[in-house]
Amino acid sequence: MVPLSWYLILSAILFTIGAVGVFLKRNVITIFMCIELMLNAVNLTLVAFSSFYKQVYGQLFVFIVMTVAAAEAGVGLALVISVFRNRETLDVDKSNILKL
Amino acid sequence: MLAYFQAFPSLRDTLLLMPELQITLFACFALVLDVILPKEKKRLAARVSLLGVAFSAASIALLVYQYSDSLPQKAFYDMYVLDGFSLFFKALFLLAVALSIGVTIKYLDLEKEQTSEYYSLMLFSIAGMMFLTSSHDLISIYVSLELITLPVYVLVGYFKRIPKSNEASMKYFLLGAFSSGILLYGFSLLYALTGQTNIEAIAQIVPEIIKTGSATYLLLLAIILIAAGVLFKMAAVPFHSWAPDAYEGAPTSTTAFMSVAVKSASYVLLARLFFEALPSAGSVGSVPGWTQLLGVIAAVTMTIGNIAAATQTNLKRLLAYSSISHAGYLLLGAVAGNEVGYTGIAVYLVAYTVMNLGTFGVIISITRHDEGDAASSERNTGEHIKDLNGLVKKSPAIALMMLVFLLSLAGIPPTAGFMGKYLLFAGLIKNGTDWMTKLAVLGVINTVISFYYYSRLIRVMFIADLTEERPLTVGKSLQTVLLISALLTILIGIYPQPVIKISESAIKQFGNISDKASGVVPKLNND
Repeated sequence: MVPLSWYLILSAILFTIGAVGVFLKRNVITIFMCIELMLNAVNLTLVAFSSFYKQVYGQLFVFIVMTVAAAEAGVGLALVISVFRNRETLDVDKSNILKL
Repeated sequence: MLAYFQAFPSLRDTLLLMPELQITLFACFALVLDVILPKEKKRLAARVSLLGVAFSAASIALLVYQYSDSLPQKAFYDMYVLDGFSLFFKALFLLAVALSIGVTIKYLDLEKEQTSEYYSLMLFSIAGMMFLTSSHDLISIYVSLELITLPVYVLVGYFKRIPKSNEASMKYFLLGAFSSGILLYGFSLLYALTGQTNIEAIAQIVPEIIKTGSATYLLLLAIILIAAGVLFKMAAVPFHSWAPDAYEGAPTSTTAFMSVAVKSASYVLLARLFFEALPSAGSVGSVPGWTQLLGVIAAVTMTIGNIAAATQTNLKRLLAYSSISHAGYLLLGAVAGNEVGYTGIAVYLVAYTVMNLGTFGVIISITRHDEGDAASSERNTGEHIKDLNGLVKKSPAIALMMLVFLLSLAGIPPTAGFMGKYLLFAGLIKNGTDWMTKLAVLGVINTVISFYYYSRLIRVMFIADLTEERPLTVGKSLQTVLLISALLTILIGIYPQPVIKISESAIKQFGNISDKASGVVPKLNND
């Protein structure tokens, strides 16, 4: 039996990798994948505690998070395509029309 | 099997959902109209959307009539709750979307992009906000939050051939999705601590966690993550960097919609999560809780927003920074944590809705197009401060209304903005804690700074010479919106009692909880 803390630590590590990746990566698609990684870290915590408390709320939450993430991916990739059509690059450093 | 059917949501539960269902239905209808209608008839969809808003408002009135004595009503396994708070904000969102639709009709005509799906996306977003006001469970809160933001990402990038609009929506999307992830991690930790997703159940368990002190730091981490997610949505410093870009790049009508409706929704989120689920965590034993956290953020947000706004030359960007500073003022009400402060938030959101939509309406009325440069990012769209030059000579009525809106934004009596700010600051002073009084003084200083850049706009409108000779073309819809906004702005300023009374009944439930809470606030008050 894997202890509960291991799940928590793993999910914290995954979440950190995702969050750091959002700041370090320069490609829109990679950033988006990092955000998905963060959501999966959340899912792991929820499932782990759902089985710890022996109830179903956490698993329900995971289903909903996955569905919403899919919808988000749909909108996000559509935006990426419309950006790519206009400027032929997905590098976020080159999106600098709007400045301070 | 039988048990399943007995537990199935009854007709009464569905009736409670009527306002949201009607908006969703009309949103789908508008989407279908986009395919049916020929290009020159697309404006019909705006009328249909307004009809949907009217239906929804009527059913809210019916719900008030039927349940005003027996609130709160719970439905769908306590995931959905109908209380004074949710009814108040549903009505506010309907007002915001009705005015936004009026502004949008004119703007899409100008841009020659009149489509029905724009209205449909707006209605979907509003449906999400209305669900959010009634959400009483972390799961439904998360889903409604995403229902709010997903259509808005599309609305921001609506002009897909304009690079500015693209870039704005991409930035908004990436940061928005990132902040949702952070918020969700906070939710998962909260679930880990309590084993519950229901707001009320969490509110009962959290004080025990604080009392035993076993997992205080995990609770603090959850609070910080949730606060970060919420502050992202309301564009408070240090999570504000997306707002100026998204506001500037988006179509002006979307900016207007975002800056009022989505912003108000983030305060609904704040209220449900902090005032209702975590009131006892305002201060966690010896370590500071969310009251102090929000206090610091409010101070920084007001100051940075106002100072940055003072240096802007683009009108939309200026209003973006001004909306950041308004987010700071509104947080003051949450910091005060008493009934006056909460009432202040509600009143200020009403005032902010009318005055900000009015301001954007005026900006749209001065918007004009030079032919054939739609794809250029440097096109002149009447978004520069100098485009306001000598407005009073072209149209005294519009210049006067703009004056009312700007004075209200700056918080000068007798306007709605003054009443809102007065209540927010009064809440802090009534609380009486030393640092809160100082925060109120900082708020007043910020009001003075903000008057500097609003008065700059007033000056160019009334004193500068005309630089743009083409006449204004104000459509009927825009005229109506401007008139309603201006009248409400002045009316709430002169005779605020009805709005204050309704707001008080809306926040009553939170006021009681915060008085009972064992946070640092009431304790220091007794000293």
